[in-house]
Amino acid sequence: MAQINVKVNGRAVSRQVEDRTLLVEFLRETLGLTGTHVGCDTGQCGACVVHLDGRAVKSCTMMAAQASGAEITTIEGLAKGDELHPMQVAFHQHHALQCGFCTPGMIMTAVDLLKRIPHPDEATIRANLDGNLCRCTGYHNIVKAIAAAAQSGASA
Amino acid sequence: MAHEGIGARVPRKEDRRFITGQGNYTDDIPVKNAAYAEFVRSPHAHARIVRVDTSAALAAPGVIGVLTGAELADDKVGGLICGWMIHSKDGSPMKAAPYAALARDVVRYVGNAVAVVVAETKNQARDAAELVQVEYEGLPAVVDPAKAQAPGAPQVHAEAPGNTIYQWALGDKGAVDRAFTGAAHVVDLDLINNRLVPNAIEPRAATAIYDRAEGRFTLYTTSQNPHVARLVLSAFIGIAPEHKLRVIAPDVGGGFGSKIFIYPEETVCLWAARRLGVSVRWAADRRESFLTDAHGRDHVTRAEMAFDAGHKIVGLRVKTIANLGAYMSTFSSSVPTYLYATLLSGQYDISAIYAEVDAVYTNTTPVDAYRGAGRPEATYVVERLMDIAAGRLGVDAAEIRRKNFIRSFPHQTPVIMNYDTGDYEASLDAALGAARYAEFPVRRREASTRGKLRGIGLACYIEACGIAPSQAVGSLGAGVGLWESAEVRVNPVGTIEVLTGSHSHGQGHETTFAQLVAERFGVPIDQVSIVHGDTDKVQFGMGTYGSRSGAVGMSAINKALERVAAKAKRIAAHLMEAAESDVELKGGEFVVVGTDKKIAFGNVALAAYTAHNLPPGTEPGLKEGAFYDPQNFTFPAGTYVCEVEVDPKTGEVDIVQFTAADDFGTIINPMIVEGQVHGGLAQGIGQALLEGCRYDTDSGQLVTATFMDYAMPRASDLVSFDVSTTVTPCKTNPLGIKGCGEAGAIGSPAAVINAIANALGVERIDMPASAQRVWEAARAHRAPVAAE
Repeated sequence: MAQINVKVNGRAVSRQVEDRTLLVEFLRETLGLTGTHVGCDTGQCGACVVHLDGRAVKSCTMMAAQASGAEITTIEGLAKGDELHPMQVAFHQHHALQCGFCTPGMIMTAVDLLKRIPHPDEATIRANLDGNLCRCTGYHNIVKAIAAAAQSGASA
Repeated sequence: MAHEGIGARVPRKEDRRFITGQGNYTDDIPVKNAAYAEFVRSPHAHARIVRVDTSAALAAPGVIGVLTGAELADDKVGGLICGWMIHSKDGSPMKAAPYAALARDVVRYVGNAVAVVVAETKNQARDAAELVQVEYEGLPAVVDPAKAQAPGAPQVHAEAPGNTIYQWALGDKGAVDRAFTGAAHVVDLDLINNRLVPNAIEPRAATAIYDRAEGRFTLYTTSQNPHVARLVLSAFIGIAPEHKLRVIAPDVGGGFGSKIFIYPEETVCLWAARRLGVSVRWAADRRESFLTDAHGRDHVTRAEMAFDAGHKIVGLRVKTIANLGAYMSTFSSSVPTYLYATLLSGQYDISAIYAEVDAVYTNTTPVDAYRGAGRPEATYVVERLMDIAAGRLGVDAAEIRRKNFIRSFPHQTPVIMNYDTGDYEASLDAALGAARYAEFPVRRREASTRGKLRGIGLACYIEACGIAPSQAVGSLGAGVGLWESAEVRVNPVGTIEVLTGSHSHGQGHETTFAQLVAERFGVPIDQVSIVHGDTDKVQFGMGTYGSRSGAVGMSAINKALERVAAKAKRIAAHLMEAAESDVELKGGEFVVVGTDKKIAFGNVALAAYTAHNLPPGTEPGLKEGAFYDPQNFTFPAGTYVCEVEVDPKTGEVDIVQFTAADDFGTIINPMIVEGQVHGGLAQGIGQALLEGCRYDTDSGQLVTATFMDYAMPRASDLVSFDVSTTVTPCKTNPLGIKGCGEAGAIGSPAAVINAIANALGVERIDMPASAQRVWEAARAHRAPVAAE
């Protein structure tokens, strides 16, 4: 068994889990944070993206034990109470989601993107979304939402 | 109040839970003391099962049970069904072979489930599944539909000699033969419509709960049509009678057709839950999705089109072999027949059409409806032929289409369909204008200075949506009616719940359906809740597929709203002591015309429930239901223009511009409709450029079984699309809606391939037009030039 001590969405948690537990399993099954999704379990689709010490990671390709000691933000921890993160607002206003399944990973990736590149052009946005699959939107409105969020200073 | 009714670009009500991680997908739903199922699947495409030894697995830690096809048969669990009877042209019924949820004697495709392990944790189930020893005796396999009927080909089922399920035909062969005899020009084409994997990002999942005291099951499942799932699980598979089986399809992460069908896994989870006395959870991993979600397309086609001297189409002849895989999935038989050949007239006035379709079994995953289902295949045949004809006859690709458009409605095609309305020239002109078609030669010349081959391609698609008039589909072999139901419940405070048999898995029904209520009753959409996806809440429904939720589902809601309005008006007239004929419902209030008397909708609702002062003979309450059965299919149509640049050195294709002009009839929410088009286009462009399901022809292994091997369109593969609409309201439903869910996937493959063929100056290039294929085509075509 592995001892996992992490801070998730600002709350310190300590749990004992099987050594082979993936970070995404720890979040979903152990902590009940089911907003982080599993779309492919092979690191291709990005539905499981969370922030680990401020960087976007795919939680399906990381052991929970590797994350011990880190600060993790999941989609559930992005808004400040009832106040949505500007990226969440942009996704809503620009219809950047349909079935919603890829959306948590997509938003966490987009937030990370603007942190690294505050004013990306369309080609840069598209290139930086290559680790995230969406089957519903054709990416058109996702790209638009991220560009709009960048305009409104969401990287701050 | 801001306008939120029909035509308003309202952001979606359902978004909040998805953008904050509060979505409620099947595998997110906690179930007390649930066990986990892991399926043991065939690694062979075709093999006899000699022996299944479960002893080591049963002894593994945490294992609750290991069940095989033998126990399934002992418990008399029924097989999976195909719900659409097709008759061959000789009158014989299709040769559907049994389809057991767990194979007992023979496995017929890689991924065919053989056993299930149920254990306390997911990892224990996975570990134990590896301990199930299955001894197989390998058999030769066939995966290519073009080879399935050859003499000596491996036989998939004894019930279907020559692997032939049916040999079906539609149209007047004699008339077509005569048209070809007298034709001035004939163009022909051999094509393959490539096999696709739907790949909804949420993998299929099922959670089965059995209440022993009540003898009642609950199934959470990733379904586009929970009531149809319940019907099949009850009436055919025999899990439980309908009143003892509740099926809930909560938030569902994309479907695209693949979640219409009733699969082995939910059957097995339900059965195992009762047999083992535990709740059973299962969620596919992506490899299982690739192996077991019903695939799409997979046609091999030869098509010929005849023209008179004035370039009018006089005849169309099509022969298709359709691969249905190893077993017949729920609606598989209808896809390459009534959803395909009936659309071969396209947007054109063609007097003679004849199509023959052979459906074959192969040792591959079952094939069924995938976004568009038959209609993309029809459009691809017709629109590839139109471009080839334009090239051979030396005329402009837009003009040959324009010359052949249907211009008067209603129009009866020679292949069953009766188009109610349309204006094909309007969408063609809108698309050509937006794409700056006339200036294309300038752009081509400029591209050539950069060493790029620039090409432009059109596709004028039509589809049949609003599926479907029950009597008509019944006469064609459908096992169900395809109406829709709705119930409108007005609460005493005037808020409204709409129960619908449609199911939203990305389409935004919680918003658009509420917009219809806002339009009719003048209430804010925040006061309207849409209830769907639960057989305990909604009495019955046929679900969502075939772009039917607007045209059929909302028509049912509209009918129920009319009934509610009629009763509320009667009560309002009574309360205001006015004649009912003088009362109108306007902006959320009942008014007596020509006076200042009025009463708010909410107050009428309250009066209906207090029942202190109702018109004589009026029952209390304000709740009405309706069933709506469409009179006809609807016929969305439009023109897509794709412009590409090909690098002849590498074969790389860049889509530089994609323009869509669609006629969907009445639009409830333009933002949502545009989103549907964007997504459809991405899937169609994916089919044309990237996606191709490959089986190894010797071993029958699925070679493209991960996202590393199967090229899904990513953001950098696509461009921002230019989409617009023209409108001719549908004449056969009360709202004028035609449907928008599939158009993008239907029209775009032909537009992309026409553009690449145009760039290269070749007639044929197969999908997916990978860099290698394009490079080879460019090289073959340019070789003589290079040699000069």
